[in-house]
Amino acid sequence: MNAPTAARLGLVACQVCELVSRPPAAACACPRCGARLHSRKPDSIARTWALLLAAAILYVPANLEPVMITRSIFGTQRDTILSGVAYLWHSGSWPLAVLVFVASVLVPLLKLLALSYLAASTQRRSRVRQRQKTRLYRLLEFIGRWSMLDVFVVMVLVALVKMGALANIQAGPGAMWFGGVVVLTMFASMSFDPRLIWDPSGGADG
Amino acid sequence: MAEPTPELEPAELPQARIAGPRRSMFSLVWIVPLLAALIGGWLAWKAISEQGPAFIIRFKTAEGLEAGKTKIKYKSVDVGIVEAIELTRDRSTVLVHARMEKYAEDYLAEDSRFWVVRPRITGTSVQGLGTLLSGAYIGMDVGKKRKTTRDFTGLEQQPVVTADVPGRNFVLKSPTLGSFSVGAPVYFRKIVVGEVESYALDADGKGVSIRIFVRAPHDQYINKEPRFWEASGIDLKLDASGVRLETESFASIVIGGIAFQTRGDGATAEPAAENAEFRLFRNRDTALAYRDLVVMPFTFRFKESLRGLTIGAPVDFRGIIVGEVTDIRPQFENDEVYIVAFANVYPERTASRQIGESERVKQGLTREQGFDALVESGMRAQLRTGNLITGQLYIALDILKDAKPDRIAWRESPPRFPTVTGTFTGIEENIAQITKKLAAVPFDAIGKDLRRALETLDRTLTSVEQLARQVGNDVAPELRASLVALRRSLAEVDRVMAEDAPLQQDARAALREVARSAASLRVLVEYLERHPDALLRGKPEEKP
Repeated sequence: MNAPTAARLGLVACQVCELVSRPPAAACACPRCGARLHSRKPDSIARTWALLLAAAILYVPANLEPVMITRSIFGTQRDTILSGVAYLWHSGSWPLAVLVFVASVLVPLLKLLALSYLAASTQRRSRVRQRQKTRLYRLLEFIGRWSMLDVFVVMVLVALVKMGALANIQAGPGAMWFGGVVVLTMFASMSFDPRLIWDPSGGADG
Repeated sequence: MAEPTPELEPAELPQARIAGPRRSMFSLVWIVPLLAALIGGWLAWKAISEQGPAFIIRFKTAEGLEAGKTKIKYKSVDVGIVEAIELTRDRSTVLVHARMEKYAEDYLAEDSRFWVVRPRITGTSVQGLGTLLSGAYIGMDVGKKRKTTRDFTGLEQQPVVTADVPGRNFVLKSPTLGSFSVGAPVYFRKIVVGEVESYALDADGKGVSIRIFVRAPHDQYINKEPRFWEASGIDLKLDASGVRLETESFASIVIGGIAFQTRGDGATAEPAAENAEFRLFRNRDTALAYRDLVVMPFTFRFKESLRGLTIGAPVDFRGIIVGEVTDIRPQFENDEVYIVAFANVYPERTASRQIGESERVKQGLTREQGFDALVESGMRAQLRTGNLITGQLYIALDILKDAKPDRIAWRESPPRFPTVTGTFTGIEENIAQITKKLAAVPFDAIGKDLRRALETLDRTLTSVEQLARQVGNDVAPELRASLVALRRSLAEVDRVMAEDAPLQQDARAALREVARSAASLRVLVEYLERHPDALLRGKPEEKP
């Protein structure tokens, strides 16, 4: 591929106002809006890795600790994400169970694995399946926010079910860790620069 | 490698400004995973360190239990949770794998008890109603032992009394269970002081052992000699005072119960030990009447027929029933036939109730030595007729002064008490002796003497009569005259002493005169005190 790229022409696009300028040195600012100019996001791979690692660690307690604590006159019940899914499945709400499972279990896991794959392959400057990788990245960006579904459900229930001694729902510590996982994966996908996928075949060296 | 294109002149592009050196974000961004690792590590450490001990409870059935849901509660506080439920390989028992909270680790004492709490309705209480809604849970009672274990066998029924209730257990022995069940109350003076904890058939199948629990401080009333009886149902009595209906409480009519009472002199007695065994009587009367703790079995060997002696016949000591016949059997020995009566003797019945310690205890003798002493002083067993019409016999213990020396055969089991021939058999002998003695009596001489004595008595009586008549004729008129004179003198005295008598009047006038003289004398003295010269000059003339 010999299509001219900005990087090959020595040009830099401002990430904020999209103004294309020619940087005289390695570190400079946008002449129009004053934002810092980078040919590529700085330390993109390293940051992605760091955030991914943090998200992966938090993923463990997020799934083990209860997300929702239901107190009622029948006793106290602590539900983790998976036990909630199991409960929904057994009680016959299969569509809801599938939805919660996809949004709360599958998507964060998918994001973790997919981003890890992207970061790893980009770090190795791999040239295979670059188009699919870019499409995968777009998908990740799109579905990332949906994983907050579970946290929203808990929040709504906590606010709605406040019947004193009869029934009471509290958010468990798992909800916090889960929110942390979702936020960290979103940050990780944001800090990943998809242009790096194409750099190996573009011939430009930063 | 810049390659200018015709459309785009690089020179026309604006020059970018030079900014300061880019901050290295490298080290900062790695703080995030470090933080996450710290949080994760802390959570993991907390989870592991807070994990309590796992243990097993064996139940016959897992009814109502759910892995991961069922709680273990002690005093209604969650102290553990059921983690898994499985069957043993032989499918006979359910193994409940449970985990205790960390702080409750030492609750797993060897004598801790577990049971499944389900709704329970007894005659006196309703328990575990909450489990109808919340589902069953495993109740726990923490034991007192120091040693812990990880393998428990669950109780099938909730224990009536938990270990933290102060009090003591006692065991009651009874031939049958009676009409009460676990949880039935134990009454003391009609107050509920405990419960029936459990009951079981004795190993030999000959009786029932009932475990009861008496709460502190009431357990102190159970001393060495309490009387327990079944307080079940209604006690209806018809006697000389009319119809009497007695019951411990309404609840005891329905579910039964046990009542106890201590003997009146038991107030200072020391309390009985834990798990002490007592007898359970059928009703209050037998319990209170029967006060024998010491039972001494004896055999009584008789040569004569024991027809008329029944099992249950009394052993009597001068009117006090001190035992009862338990069995009658023949015995063949050296071509002789004996009939042997087996009897239980209750030596305490002869002990005096006033004296705390009997003479025997003071002398430091054992019961056996006491009996030996009695036999030595002539105590023998004898068959006697209790009822001439029915011919019922009883065994009488009595002190016979002319008894041949004999001893108790302690070596036999039960020991054999020396006997003498009974009254019926000895009666001919006695009659013969009496006739012989009667024949020797000089009835003639006695008759003559008697007549002479009667004549003398007759004479004596005649003279007594004469004497009485003399007294009536001579002494009585004299006495009458004296009395009349005495009455007259008394009337005279009465008259003299009367208020209007002349003597009284005269005396009163004389006294008045004396008083008046004393007054004028006082006037004279007063005047002389003021005017001593009047003695010489006389009273001065009154000046006008």
